[in-house]
Amino acid sequence: MKRILVIFAHPAIQKSRINQQMIRALRGLEWVTVNDLYDNYPDFYIDVIKEQQLLMLHDTIVWHHPFYWYSCPSLLKEWFDLVLEHDFAYGKKGTSLEGKDAISVLTTGARKEVYSEKGRNRYTINQFLIPFQQSAALCRMNYLPPFVVHGSYTIPSEEINNYAEQYKKLILSLRDEKLDKKKMNSVEYLNELIENNA
Amino acid sequence: MHNQDFFFQALIYLGAAVISVPIAKKMGLGSVLGYLLAGVIIGPFILGLVGNEADEVMHFAEFGVVLMLFVIGLELQPSLLWKMRKSIFGLGGLQVLITSVVIAAVAVLFGFRLNNAIAIGLILALSSTAIVIQTLTEKGLLRNVAGKSAFSVLLFQDMAVIPVLALLPILATWGSSINLAQSDLDKVTGVSSMPGWAQLLLITGVIAAIIFIGRFIARHVFRLVAETGLHEIFTALGLLLVIGIALAMDAIGLSPALGTFIAGVVLAENEYRHELESTIEPFKGLLLGLFFISVGASINFNLFVEQPFKILAYVLLLILLKFIVLFILGRIFKLRKGYDFLFAFLLAQSSEFSFVLISFSIQNQLFETQTAGILLLVVTLSMTISPLLLIFNDKAVRPILSRRENKQDFDEFDEINPVIIAGFGRFGLALGRFLLANKIQVTIIDSNPANVEILRKYGFKLFYGDVTRPQVLEKAGIEKAKMLILSMAEHEDALKIAKHVRKNYPRLRILARAKDIFHVFEFYKLHVRITQREMFNSATELGVKALVQLGFTRYEAYRAGRIFKHHEEQVLEELYSTWKEDEKEFIRETQRFSKQLSETLLTERNYTIHESDDAWDVDSARKESIESSSSKE
Repeated sequence: MKRILVIFAHPAIQKSRINQQMIRALRGLEWVTVNDLYDNYPDFYIDVIKEQQLLMLHDTIVWHHPFYWYSCPSLLKEWFDLVLEHDFAYGKKGTSLEGKDAISVLTTGARKEVYSEKGRNRYTINQFLIPFQQSAALCRMNYLPPFVVHGSYTIPSEEINNYAEQYKKLILSLRDEKLDKKKMNSVEYLNELIENNA
Repeated sequence: MHNQDFFFQALIYLGAAVISVPIAKKMGLGSVLGYLLAGVIIGPFILGLVGNEADEVMHFAEFGVVLMLFVIGLELQPSLLWKMRKSIFGLGGLQVLITSVVIAAVAVLFGFRLNNAIAIGLILALSSTAIVIQTLTEKGLLRNVAGKSAFSVLLFQDMAVIPVLALLPILATWGSSINLAQSDLDKVTGVSSMPGWAQLLLITGVIAAIIFIGRFIARHVFRLVAETGLHEIFTALGLLLVIGIALAMDAIGLSPALGTFIAGVVLAENEYRHELESTIEPFKGLLLGLFFISVGASINFNLFVEQPFKILAYVLLLILLKFIVLFILGRIFKLRKGYDFLFAFLLAQSSEFSFVLISFSIQNQLFETQTAGILLLVVTLSMTISPLLLIFNDKAVRPILSRRENKQDFDEFDEINPVIIAGFGRFGLALGRFLLANKIQVTIIDSNPANVEILRKYGFKLFYGDVTRPQVLEKAGIEKAKMLILSMAEHEDALKIAKHVRKNYPRLRILARAKDIFHVFEFYKLHVRITQREMFNSATELGVKALVQLGFTRYEAYRAGRIFKHHEEQVLEELYSTWKEDEKEFIRETQRFSKQLSETLLTERNYTIHESDDAWDVDSARKESIESSSSKE
């Protein structure tokens, strides 16, 4: 059993059908903690100590957010800036996060084709995620491929539930260690593993 | 017809009250004076609408005093009373003793026999609970230092009435041949013929019974009655309780007022306290009013017309003597900064209990009718003048005092700091704590001595002074200061200071607490641009909390609050420019007020809190995305 911490950041959750559903799917799962940053720190005043304790209490850290301007919403960036302190998360003495898994969970408005060399965005999601990947590496964490929901603008409402279910399945598999580490590192998105399992 | 007679009387009394009390209050005279004047006007010497029965009415209305003490008792927890024991027995005891002696001595000088002189001293030493408490309540001074001291004295006086009642017959028999007193005393205090120990036992027993019933039984009875849901039965129970106690106390020779006061204190911790209080309140108010009216109506102007100067001289002498004793005692008991004057003026009259004692003395043939009449007149007039004394204190003594105090009593500043905070009430306290927490060196000045005293106990360093006076600001080092923060609640004063400081120290930064939007504009005119409306932010914050409770996400609610505040700031600028243009047209001021108000409201209606959330409002992007994907197909 792994303890999962989902650090969720969405400034306008009330407008996002897909993220609402995804988060709702995680509610009440044992060993899973959802940490809604915009709900806990609406004024951006982050309780650093509490956040660090949460990190230490969990084995797998999930950064769940909509993909805004090729990055995360500002409060999550604030969280990175303040919580991952020197001597806590990185540096000679900063070994608190060592060996933990880290995963990005994203929703994007555009469809997947747009995120490719020939698409409008010219780079893949994994290329855009290099800052997150390297941040995790600096903290000596294992950064796994992301779980991505593309085309949130155009997903028909009836399909939203499928994504939410997939997400829930992913989190449960991570919790129960049902996914093979090697396989995980070989895919582009973790979505593929869940889809194949199903 | 007897009935018609009664209703006619009621009509006159109520009519007089309804007409004169509002007028008196409008003129700033307080309700007591209004009632008294109403009494004088309907009394036999002006309109003659009521006559001899005024005495009877007064007797009935004395029940108002009893009810009043009950209500006061309800507000006093026993622990509070215990805390006041020093001032009740010390201050109260000394007041009765010294005042009696002084008045008696003067009476001897006027040629009274010693026993009569002592009786006069004891009778006149008392002060009017009804007038003082009513005035204190009306002015919100009951919890003030002077108010509390006055209350302690009154409480002691109420207790003192009992031994004085016992003493008067002895004084009557002492050194004279008349010996009817004992039997007369029996009429009033039936138990006084018992041996001393039995009296003591009886009194203790009755009081113990009151306490026992109040503590253990009353609660259940109240609950039973409250459960019926019939409010009038609860009212009946309240009155029953008070009347019962009053009668019981009367029967054992104690003051009914004291008895109900004890009952009130005992019930102070009862959960039905507030309901009981609001039940008794209207009766208390009306009966007290009636009481004051009957005091006014019973003034014997015939006696007054015969020798007006002599009577007036007596009244003034009485008030002067009482005032001096009270003032000195107030000083001894550490009343300062004008509270000594307030305290002395408050209690300088004689009491409604004086009436009781005088009529009792007449029964005991202690005084001749003429003397008793003059005494009654003096007591009544002293009570009538009493509210005027307070007005005199407010309008004449206090201003002079505070002007003089400014020179003498204000604190000397022993440090000069870059920031001066003027006013350290609720607003200033939060502000000051914030700055101090950030290691900003501040000089805090507050003009409320009580506030200064309290906050010093909490470890704040603050100076007592009146910042509206230029000298005080100079001494506080305004020349070297960088910033002056006006956080006082007195809005006009704040503007006055801002004006003065702008002119004389143009480089000093001024920040100000503002009452409302127009107050902000007044500051703008003085080029004080950094202001904060005192209620605005906290109200908005509560609004944010409300949104969260109504289902908004915390961040959404927080942003809504921020957007609203920001929007207000912008509107403020716009409104200010319109306000400035129109400013000279004085006649249109009121119109402008309503016009601007509707303008503000209009802007409010058009704005939505989500307008700057567009970045996250994916609607347009979604629309575009859907359009482009369908066009490809």
